[in-house]
Amino acid sequence: MDDLLGEFLTETNESLEVIDTELVRFEREPNNAKILDNVFRLVHTIKGTCGFLGLPRLEMLAHAAETLMGTYRDGATVSDDGVSTILMSIDKIKDILLALEETEKEPEGKDEELINKLLVLAGVFEDNEKANAENELKQETDELEKEDLILPEEPKEATGGGTMGRELKPGEVSLDDLEAAFLNAEGPDLSQPPEKPVTEPEKASANQIAAKKEKAMANQTIRVNVQTIENLMNMVSELVLTRNQLLEISRRNEGREEESEFNTPLQRLSNVTAELQEGVMKTRMQPIGSAWGKLPRIVRDLSVELGKPIDLEMIGKETELDRQVLELIRDPLTHMVRNSADHGIEMPDVREKAGKSKTGTIRLSAHHEGGHILISIADDGKGLNTKKLSEKLISQGLASESEVNSMSDAQIHKYIFHPGFSTAEKVTAVSGRGVGMDVVRTNIELIGGSIDLKSAEGSGTTVTVKIPLTLAIIPALIIESAGERFAIPQLAVSELVRVNQQGENRIEKIKNAEVLRLRNSLLPIVRLSDLLNMERKQEKDDNVLRSDSTFVVVTEVGTRSFGVIVDEVFHTEEIVVKPMSGMLKDVSMFSGNTIMGDGSVIMILDPNGLSQSIGSAHEEVEKDELSDEKAKNKDNDIISLLIFEAGSSDPKAVPLSLVTRLEEFDYSSVERAGSRHMVQYRDRLMPLVYVNEEGNRQTEGAMPMMVFAEGERVMGLVVDRIVDIVEAKLELQVDSDMEGFLGSAIICEKATEVLDVGYFLPKAYSDWFERKEQVRPRARRLLYAEDSPFFRNMIVPVLIGAGYDVTAVEDGIEAFDLVQEGAKFDIVVTDIEMPNMDGFTLTRCLSENKNSANWPVIALSAFVGEASEKRAKALGMFDFIAKFDRKGLIDALKRTEQVIDVEVAA
Amino acid sequence: MSNKKFGNSGKQYVTIRLAGQLFGLPIDRVQDVFMPDNFTFVPLAETQIAGVLNLRGRILTAIDLSKVLNVAAVNETNIERPAISVIYANELYGLLIDIIGEVVTLDSEQLEANPVNLDAEWAKISVGTYRLEDELLVILDVDVLIEELLNKEAA
Repeated sequence: MDDLLGEFLTETNESLEVIDTELVRFEREPNNAKILDNVFRLVHTIKGTCGFLGLPRLEMLAHAAETLMGTYRDGATVSDDGVSTILMSIDKIKDILLALEETEKEPEGKDEELINKLLVLAGVFEDNEKANAENELKQETDELEKEDLILPEEPKEATGGGTMGRELKPGEVSLDDLEAAFLNAEGPDLSQPPEKPVTEPEKASANQIAAKKEKAMANQTIRVNVQTIENLMNMVSELVLTRNQLLEISRRNEGREEESEFNTPLQRLSNVTAELQEGVMKTRMQPIGSAWGKLPRIVRDLSVELGKPIDLEMIGKETELDRQVLELIRDPLTHMVRNSADHGIEMPDVREKAGKSKTGTIRLSAHHEGGHILISIADDGKGLNTKKLSEKLISQGLASESEVNSMSDAQIHKYIFHPGFSTAEKVTAVSGRGVGMDVVRTNIELIGGSIDLKSAEGSGTTVTVKIPLTLAIIPALIIESAGERFAIPQLAVSELVRVNQQGENRIEKIKNAEVLRLRNSLLPIVRLSDLLNMERKQEKDDNVLRSDSTFVVVTEVGTRSFGVIVDEVFHTEEIVVKPMSGMLKDVSMFSGNTIMGDGSVIMILDPNGLSQSIGSAHEEVEKDELSDEKAKNKDNDIISLLIFEAGSSDPKAVPLSLVTRLEEFDYSSVERAGSRHMVQYRDRLMPLVYVNEEGNRQTEGAMPMMVFAEGERVMGLVVDRIVDIVEAKLELQVDSDMEGFLGSAIICEKATEVLDVGYFLPKAYSDWFERKEQVRPRARRLLYAEDSPFFRNMIVPVLIGAGYDVTAVEDGIEAFDLVQEGAKFDIVVTDIEMPNMDGFTLTRCLSENKNSANWPVIALSAFVGEASEKRAKALGMFDFIAKFDRKGLIDALKRTEQVIDVEVAA
Repeated sequence: MSNKKFGNSGKQYVTIRLAGQLFGLPIDRVQDVFMPDNFTFVPLAETQIAGVLNLRGRILTAIDLSKVLNVAAVNETNIERPAISVIYANELYGLLIDIIGEVVTLDSEQLEANPVNLDAEWAKISVGTYRLEDELLVILDVDVLIEELLNKEAA
């Protein structure tokens, strides 16, 4: 591209951005002459340069806009329509510039309509004069070209009057013009003001001073190509690396004699490098205001479009941050401000009703904090509607009702960062397509930032973004795992903990999940070597590792924190982040690589990647171990548990299989009969039993309860809150001293009290257990063989619910192996059709084994036929039941009880 | 150099040997031949990627060519295997090979299409074969080779 044209484009684009902002300001302060002068000057420069470069279409547009502004400057009343039209023409100019950049030619097209509108507004000519407009303009254009070249010594345009206005001032001339002028004119002319326009002498002199200031400023800054700075930055990066290498060498030589000789210069080199690094970094710094430049215009347009008056306040515009970061946050910021305007701020009438001022305010602020910049976008709008959000969450299937109930408001609000979530009821041109905040979050996390949201219903929403100042050089912690070194960005590391299996900080296990008690929270722990799939090497060191103390790097990503076990922690170092090769981009665990002081390359761990893979890593481990230790885990099968709260916020659990239904009654519907409470339930009276002590119960609103039913008897057990249903292993670890509870188990990483249903049932019907207790003095051990996981999942809870201690296996061989190993059972329930060994064979084997010869065997089969039944009878099976016949199964089991009892008695 | 011999159709290749087979790479694509040391293993990366290393201040991704071509390298360890560095899309890659050969100048008109029964993986990354006096020289297309790996990662 032509150098001149290139320069023109950059310059003009910058000017246009300023014009956008300034015009919006001007609209609000129509009496501020300074703003108008500024805008006028910029538009004028554009016009002048266009003429110089031979861009007639642009020139005419700029000229028309300038004319209208000229009338405002001369005191005409500023109208909304006028500003809108000027903004429209600015947009048009932008479009043309864009095309110009691509093709290096002005695109075809006519802008007469717009130009005419501008000129009509300017009162330059009446509608009927339109026809002459073009000619007139053309003439002016010619004039202009001349003027630009011979301007300094011939300031005749000041007397040109009329539509030409009084645009040119000496200080405003572009460099090219100046150069031309220098060739033609004596130097001193420049500093001499042209003849002042007679009408407004004061204003002109003000312009003069402003222009002079501008010129002085211009002399102190130079325009440097971005690429040059990038290269400089790279060189400095290399220098930092070399310095680190030297430091490494000197560290190694510590204690030797030659140390002293190098130490001083090395120290100096180190300091100078650090300063140089800082200096170059500064050249990359730009005030955040340049990312905000477009926002006033956007807000203004939105405010017009949506019919809501909105004020945009910007605080801390001058806060500087790295160019690269700036580019990356530009779009997310714009998006968030749009969001605030569209969703946050209410319509004026609504605002008024709520007792707020009609005009909404969006406050954008930025400031430095440590190595970060904090940007907040606050609006005084309606805030997030937690209730609506919850409903959306449930309807979109992002969370279950019970999950939502257990969430705090802040947790629910966080969901607006969830992919595919939008709160807007309607999709507007502005937002509501559900691709919003999650994209914002992703973009911000991509550059190592974090985003947080605070909202109070009715009084507004504040989004806070925290981002690092620069991306190129970051402090990182160097660690080692499985013999490889890695770097973790210091930003993500909140602390280091040394753990010792014998000491105070030790890693505990919940099933396969390792956790660490850290002050008052439970920190999930992962081994870096597991995450990176480096077990082979790990195993070798395993013994050393486990006996010795290890390091846990406590990592924080967003609100999530977790511990990463590493073998060794070295020092912190300023590392230069180098992008990873495209071939490694898909390894999400790493965000880049760097060259270390010793010249070796190490990978930089991506905290986000680690965080994301933690869940899945655990699943894998669990799966692996399941296949390895299938038989061992058999008697600890996972069951569904209902988690609830009663009396305190400590979780309590009951096996879901015992609960018939969950119901909710309003407190007012409770009827009393003596000391007993009951409700009408399905045309019958259902006695209520409270888990809570008297006095500790709620006395209004909805009461959630678990309904237990057996035969004719129904009972409601009232709790405070139903929390969740989870799949977990029920393993009582501590006996309970509380009445009504069996003991405590760890469920979902929390100590949970397990309800003893048997304690509460007699409270409703004193005779509930009488018959049963006679027949069932202790839980029967039951072996259940079934190859289909579906049926296992379906039947096991039924069996547990019936009070059996169930061991489920996948086929006959497994079942028989257990028996041969010496496992004892009271009853065997088996599927008939199974791989490896079917139910019939199992029955035969069991009857041939002396230990198990007397165990009653109940067959469960999907295919109930006479032939099979006959065969079952012949083998001495206790009963033969269809798979879906739960009642039949329970009946058959009851009948076996009698047989066993008889045997025990005998 | 000796391009004159073939007029405009002469082309120079760097020959390499891997698992006994002779391969050629266009000399204008070869940046450097070096003996890599101090590899950094990249966990979770594709098996073809031997690691990353520092080559004069730039980070190079080392590709184990034997794994790409699915042949058994004579020399299995990463160390002591020469590597050829190439640049693709502004990034530096190193191809680990068994033995580095010499530079040969061949008439590009004599380049023959690959035999139809050539291993499909090989056929994808090679542009043709030269019949040398005593053996065959398979010419590799560096761009396609690296592109294939990049795509594999993306998949």
